[in-house]
Amino acid sequence: MATNGPTPDIDRARDIVSRIKDPEIPVLTIADLGVLRDVGVEGHRLVVTITPTYTGCPAMKAIEDDIRATLHGAGYHNVEVRMQLSPAWTTDWIEERARRKLEAYGIAPPRPVGSRGPIHCPQCRSTNTECISEFGSTACKALYRCLDCLEPFDYFKCI
Amino acid sequence: MSAALFEYTLRLGDDALIDGQRLSEWCGHGPFLEEDVGVANTALDLIGRARLLLAYAGTVEGKGRGEDDLAYTRDEREWRNVLITELPRGDFAFTTVRQFLLDAFNRQLYERLCLSLDATLAGIAGRAVKESEYHLRHTGEWVLRLGDGTRESNRRAQRALDDLWPYTAELFESDPVQEQMEAQGIAPATASLRAAWLHTVEPPLRSAQLMIPGNTWPQTGGRQGMHSEHMGFLLAEMQFVQRAYPGQAW
Ligand SMILES: [Zn+2]
Repeated sequence: MATNGPTPDIDRARDIVSRIKDPEIPVLTIADLGVLRDVGVEGHRLVVTITPTYTGCPAMKAIEDDIRATLHGAGYHNVEVRMQLSPAWTTDWIEERARRKLEAYGIAPPRPVGSRGPIHCPQCRSTNTECISEFGSTACKALYRCLDCLEPFDYFKCI
Repeated sequence: MSAALFEYTLRLGDDALIDGQRLSEWCGHGPFLEEDVGVANTALDLIGRARLLLAYAGTVEGKGRGEDDLAYTRDEREWRNVLITELPRGDFAFTTVRQFLLDAFNRQLYERLCLSLDATLAGIAGRAVKESEYHLRHTGEWVLRLGDGTRESNRRAQRALDDLWPYTAELFESDPVQEQMEAQGIAPATASLRAAWLHTVEPPLRSAQLMIPGNTWPQTGGRQGMHSEHMGFLLAEMQFVQRAYPGQAW
């Protein structure tokens, strides 16, 4: 396929990119997370716009590489991955369907921003839970424990 | 290019990077596992912030220097971070009190920078303010636990506060660069920032039974590249690989 060929097939590209998984939470795609903001065309170039979750999140570099590699593999060679900082990413961009996937995976989904509601244990649904640490296995998670079934679990921090 | 904007962005980036570098020294040495992870996570946020800021500083400067060039090839006198960030990590009380003071500062600074007329700085600030707010909640709880804890933890936290307080004046220092950025609507005014910062740190310190030192002699010089004797050692460790193998990538 020519590098600077005809206008890229954007619908197909969008479909391919939106199925790329988050490297640290493989049940979610970058579209589920709200990291993928836009797939567009500028001339002969495909422009994929993403917004970082946390500025220091090492997964962002991996996501950028995945997008490029996946698109190259699908025949798109003129690709730019653009980092958009504003508006800042928020956990409110994670859709309902994705929240259910997170919970089924064993990670308590984030509360809506500003909410003080209870955090459910993803194992037994109990709300009798406590925070063990404000920081967890990755930048986006905190560590909790269920006081009923006694299982520790990750909570996706609300930000 | 705007020399003042380059200088200002460099100050923000250097503060974040040197603070992040000091915090990362705790990785593997935290008092217990959760805190080890917590401190390392905060360091990661700060280093990520520094990357964005230094990359932008390089763009503003327009001489082809990237984030890595600025981080790894500048000599001591070219660094613009405030002195408080480069002080050795000390004990856990020292690290915690310093981080608390800086988180409170960053929380206020970046909230105001969200309104900066410089769109890139405003964009970076939107992300940074949320992170600093989270960090502040964490260090605020620790300040309370240490200050209002045992006699020993109170003694150490108070000693840390006494040692650190003289260095906080530098955060609110003004000079022609700062004045120019304020006049252009890019940076917030230091005077209002100081009032907001005091308002943020005083109540938690009081609840923690910690006493704010009275008149102290301000320690400054970092913004002009006049650093403490600790800076050279920090840079030697941080820059070693790039100095030994210039241009290496992996
Ligand atoms: Zn449970």
